[in-house]
Amino acid sequence: MGARTTKAKPTPSQASAKKTGDNLTIAEFTQEQDLKAYHDMLLIRRFEEKAGQLYGMGLIGGFCHLYIGQEAVVTGMQMAQVEGDQVITAYRDHGHMLACGMEANGVMAELTGREGGYSRGKGGSMHMFSKEKNFFGGHGIVGAQISLGTGLAFANHYNENGKVSVTYMGDGASNQGQVYESFNMAKLWSLPVVYVIENNKYGMGTSVARHSSNTNLSERGKSFDIPGEQVDGMDVRAMYAAAERALDYARSGNGPYILEAVTYRYRGHSMSDPAKYRAKEEVQKMKGERDPIDMVKERIIANGWKTEEELKQVDKDIREVVAESAEFAKTNPEPDPSELYTDILIDA
Amino acid sequence: MTIEILMPALSPTMEEGKLAKWLKSEGDSVEIGDVIAEIETDKATMEVEAVDEGVLGKVVVPEGTENVAVNSVIAILAAEGENIDAIEVSSTSSSSDTSAQQETATVAATVAATPTVSAQAAVSNEFPAGATIKQMTVREALRDAMAEEMRKDDQVYVMGEEVAEYNGAYKITQGLLDEFGAKRVYDTPITEHGFAGIAVGSAFLGLRPVVEFMTFNFAMQAIDHIINSAAKTLYMSGGQLGCPIVFRGPNGAAARVGAQHSQDYAAWYSNVPGLKVVQPYTAADAKGLLKAAIRDPNPVVFLENEIIYGQSFDVPEGDDFVLPIGKARLHREGTDVTLVSWGIGMTYAVGAADALAEMGISAEIIDLRTIRPMDIPAVVASVQKTNRCVVVEEGWPQSSVASEVSAQIMENAFDYLDAPVVRVTGKDVPMPYAANLEKLALPTVQDVIDAVRAVTYK
Repeated sequence: MGARTTKAKPTPSQASAKKTGDNLTIAEFTQEQDLKAYHDMLLIRRFEEKAGQLYGMGLIGGFCHLYIGQEAVVTGMQMAQVEGDQVITAYRDHGHMLACGMEANGVMAELTGREGGYSRGKGGSMHMFSKEKNFFGGHGIVGAQISLGTGLAFANHYNENGKVSVTYMGDGASNQGQVYESFNMAKLWSLPVVYVIENNKYGMGTSVARHSSNTNLSERGKSFDIPGEQVDGMDVRAMYAAAERALDYARSGNGPYILEAVTYRYRGHSMSDPAKYRAKEEVQKMKGERDPIDMVKERIIANGWKTEEELKQVDKDIREVVAESAEFAKTNPEPDPSELYTDILIDA
Repeated sequence: MTIEILMPALSPTMEEGKLAKWLKSEGDSVEIGDVIAEIETDKATMEVEAVDEGVLGKVVVPEGTENVAVNSVIAILAAEGENIDAIEVSSTSSSSDTSAQQETATVAATVAATPTVSAQAAVSNEFPAGATIKQMTVREALRDAMAEEMRKDDQVYVMGEEVAEYNGAYKITQGLLDEFGAKRVYDTPITEHGFAGIAVGSAFLGLRPVVEFMTFNFAMQAIDHIINSAAKTLYMSGGQLGCPIVFRGPNGAAARVGAQHSQDYAAWYSNVPGLKVVQPYTAADAKGLLKAAIRDPNPVVFLENEIIYGQSFDVPEGDDFVLPIGKARLHREGTDVTLVSWGIGMTYAVGAADALAEMGISAEIIDLRTIRPMDIPAVVASVQKTNRCVVVEEGWPQSSVASEVSAQIMENAFDYLDAPVVRVTGKDVPMPYAANLEKLALPTVQDVIDAVRAVTYK
């Protein structure tokens, strides 16, 4: 960690909100951390842009929910996790998988429904898993992943393995009943789980103010005595610092912790959503002033760690990886018809 | 190096749209993420973002053009410094990659013009040779099954409402807390949806939860996790993530508890690929099959019945009596008619067979025990012998398990039938509370006798 620190900067929308994270300082990143954050976030962005393109070409079917704009959330969380911590989320999951270290080829090939996909073409965009990388989905039912993620924490607790379950949900999912059933049991049994509420301001087309009686979602654990804090989800350093606090709290046997990552999705809810429910200016403002990748980029250049040209090369290398994944996803064969009847039951 | 920009689709069903507006002109430089055009369909307007950088070399489709086919070239992007006048536009659409629409070989449907299931008779006695037999209630058998498996495998734990300190609402988990402690026997709050999800999540990491629902009526709160999370994940993960879990508890009608506490869910769960569904009748089956369910790497729905918890049956002693899931049991041999039943339905079948014997009609009884996978070969073998079949089920008639058994017999033993298969089921009504109406809503031994007389023409 770098020695220099800056004051945590709340995002404009909740500058007055009371936060557990108030008065906490955000450590500056080291050169290594900033470069890693830049690379990991840019990989997600370029991957998602390519996925959007393939969807437009009809190569990706069904639903396709892009993560563009929210990259700092998973990147900051993942940088603070230790090997073996589990990750689980809902259907806007491509970014989480790449952050977990899953290969772009396997993710993209699953999007196109090919045998080389992580679920061998049988899951699709919303249902992808990697046991090896501790990624437990990829769930299409809004809210289901919260009980399931609490169950991962239950197993960690049961086996006393020191791991934490990082359970993501959107602001929309945070209204589901099973969230509160899970909060209650997680606290009751002191389960090691960090709930990350990715508040991207809209549950599909309904704004937080229109779907939540209390728009400070970090307070959703209050009646269960679960601490929570709002975090600037556009600043990867703020996410990282909050993640360290939350993971340490959960890992030390104190039970669950809630992080509300205040973020923004640039694209519609899914590829077929033109996002008419918000002003163009709102999107432009976030892109222009609060872009998570631009902020890191500017820091790297200002610190003299890399030149603009050198960062362009990083971008180019990432685009090659993504282009290769698209090529793989187009040319890899579809699953063999015999796969229709496999993976339904394990032989007892 | 030029790059073709293609007309995008807004959804998998969109085939064409209108190119409403160009936001960049020829010669403009384009960054990744720049909005370059707007397209319209009857449903929406969408912005087209650039995925590559360069200079907009040529606009192929001018703005205002209607009916632009998806995947046709709408513009050409040139690299910085490239001569844009030299760009040639290929006349054909570049959607040469049609692999997404590749014709897939059709997989044979399950339509069976000729019987596909061969007969395989069920066995009647599976007790280990020389085993000491003792009388035991279904309740004790279930408790022993869990305790034995918990002793054998420390990854097995029990979770549910009142399972620990109260020793079970129906005393099925009696003594488990004393023996195994609070770390292995979890009292939950009354939140079926939440604790079912937690149990499934823990099974993803290799634990072997036995989840008790106080009754399966309450499991409707949790059915999303039973089906969407437990049953489907193995398939959706391409075989990576199994879910070794047992959901158990009393199912079906108890007595005088009304419509919301009296439903039989066998048909519901039997509809779902990825689940195993067990519904035992005898104590030996309850014990042997619950032990198998706990050892099974798949999610198992284990349907018990409050009325038969207190009934006693022969059970072999010993802690390794495990029965195969998916195999029916020949409960009684006969020659004139096959009665197929399971769970509490067996009480009507057994009662009827005794009465029929006095009337000179010899009924064979097949106890399915497992609803999914269903032992159709055992049913077929029996029907080939008796040529007549009555299926007995306490649940509702429409889309029932009995309906499935009937259809399977028709597909696989049609030529052996001397009469139509008849279903004896609960009536097609919510369970009434009044004692007389409740009696009318349930099947009776007499219903079974009448059905048998109808199919045997006696």
